[in-house]
Amino acid sequence: MTDSVIEVRDLRKDYAGFTAVDGISFDIHRGETFALLGPNGAGKSTTIEILEGYRHRTSGDVRVLGIDPQRGGLDWKARLGIVLQSTGEAGTFTVRELLTEFAGYYPNPRDIDEVISAVGLEQKQRARAGRLSGGQQRRLDVALGIIGRPELLFLDEPTTGFDPEARRQFWDLIRSLKAEGTSILLTTHYLDEAAQLGDRAAVIVGGRIAAIGEIGEIGGPEARTPVVRWIDAAGVPHEQRTPTPAAVVADLHRDAGEPRGLEIVRPTLEDIYLGLIRAHDAAALTDVSEPA
Amino acid sequence: MTTTTAPTRFGLSRTIRLGVRRIGFELRQYFRAGDQVFFTFLFPTVMYLIFATIFTGDIGGGPDTISMATYYLPGLIAGGIFLSGVQGLSIEIAVEKSDGTLKRLGSTPISPATYFIGKIGEVFVTAILQIALLLVVAVVLYRVELPTEPEAWIRFAWVFVLGLLTCALLGVALSSVPRSGKTASAVVIPVVLLLQFISGVYIAFTSLPEWLQNVASVFPLKWIAQGMRAAILPDSFKAVEPGGEWALGMVAIVLGVWLVVGIVLSRATFRWIRRDG
Repeated sequence: MTDSVIEVRDLRKDYAGFTAVDGISFDIHRGETFALLGPNGAGKSTTIEILEGYRHRTSGDVRVLGIDPQRGGLDWKARLGIVLQSTGEAGTFTVRELLTEFAGYYPNPRDIDEVISAVGLEQKQRARAGRLSGGQQRRLDVALGIIGRPELLFLDEPTTGFDPEARRQFWDLIRSLKAEGTSILLTTHYLDEAAQLGDRAAVIVGGRIAAIGEIGEIGGPEARTPVVRWIDAAGVPHEQRTPTPAAVVADLHRDAGEPRGLEIVRPTLEDIYLGLIRAHDAAALTDVSEPA
Repeated sequence: MTTTTAPTRFGLSRTIRLGVRRIGFELRQYFRAGDQVFFTFLFPTVMYLIFATIFTGDIGGGPDTISMATYYLPGLIAGGIFLSGVQGLSIEIAVEKSDGTLKRLGSTPISPATYFIGKIGEVFVTAILQIALLLVVAVVLYRVELPTEPEAWIRFAWVFVLGLLTCALLGVALSSVPRSGKTASAVVIPVVLLLQFISGVYIAFTSLPEWLQNVASVFPLKWIAQGMRAAILPDSFKAVEPGGEWALGMVAIVLGVWLVVGIVLSRATFRWIRRDG
């Protein structure tokens, strides 16, 4: 019995003419929420689809709940929940009908009413799926993903198209799943979402892992150095990166009184992420300009 | 919360039980969607109304004289079997493949066999209703006299079951041909329509040139239509069949071969998602 729900070793996926995933390795521990981040085309979706068993890898080793996804049977699928990137089918069935049908496929499903209320679709449970708004359809997708009481849940860009309030509600739902012990693999373009929900994250760029670690540590201490910003008496803006922002501010105050526009900013996950992407793009540019 | 699910819980009986359950789900979908109801379900009845209204009068001679409305009935029953199986299923599955329905089902613990049972069950229920409607229209509106001998209905039953099963599996196999759900109708409907014209559904088979009869004889629809004529028309009408016989043995053989082809192709080509190579 391993304590990892996902183990990926040197995973590669080649398509004719290009490499989508270029040798990545990571583990996801039981009970953990792991965020897989990266720009479009970086290899996130290919990686996830390999883990879900939809696509076959070119090489490397993959275990999901201890099973090679290429050989995963129905008993394996019964332990997974998959919320795919975009769906929009079965428009003629109501929310309740779809959940009732899907619940029947699993050995130990959740209670349908509980799931409907967890995703906030009580008012819409008798509405046909095709008549729901984009955000409501997405919540239905999530409901179908968790109806089977999965040990491991894949969430591929789950909150795309949500308004801010719906996103907050969705985060609460994910936290409650997490509290029940569900392991979660999340991809998202919203870095605040990854920061809110994730325990650890990996950033994939160009088919490779550019950074991996605890959400609060990813990118290394250097990238997390706080920045103090203020405007001096002459109206000139200043910016200073320092591990001791309080000391800097104390000095400022002693020398010149209350500074205007004072801010102490810790780089957000988004700042760190964008820094990683820029570094990769710059490196890629150098690669191209170097003669082979 | 460790799950140690015995694989036997996911065995054949569960596959069948869930498949039977899915029949009801598929049927609700079928009748709610609407477009299938017209282009597949009602189509043979609509065509029958047109033919039986345009072509009045009788055919044949002596005690075996029948109305044109009777003469057209077996062909349109065969057409209904063919439409329900081949056209209905291939378009339906191609659409479900492209709109994400199959991808989602592929993430759940149901086997493709469960899905097939649901689809084939749906086709059997809708085809039975479709043909019942056609028979009611024929009897009530056009005073068609249906056969009374049990042998005729036994023929009818086995040609129906074997023909529909074959057509359903060919529909599953054909569903992987269209490149998207949007083009599925454009790919499937012309093929299906053409076969109906050359297989004796709308036009008497023997009025076709011989080479076209030979082409049509490769495909199953011609044999379903012939089997249905053998069930419904007076026995003396076999004189105008190719070879002057109903050739029911050949009907069974050709349909049986196509059934095997359909099973093999369905198993080989069916995927929950389009394969990326």
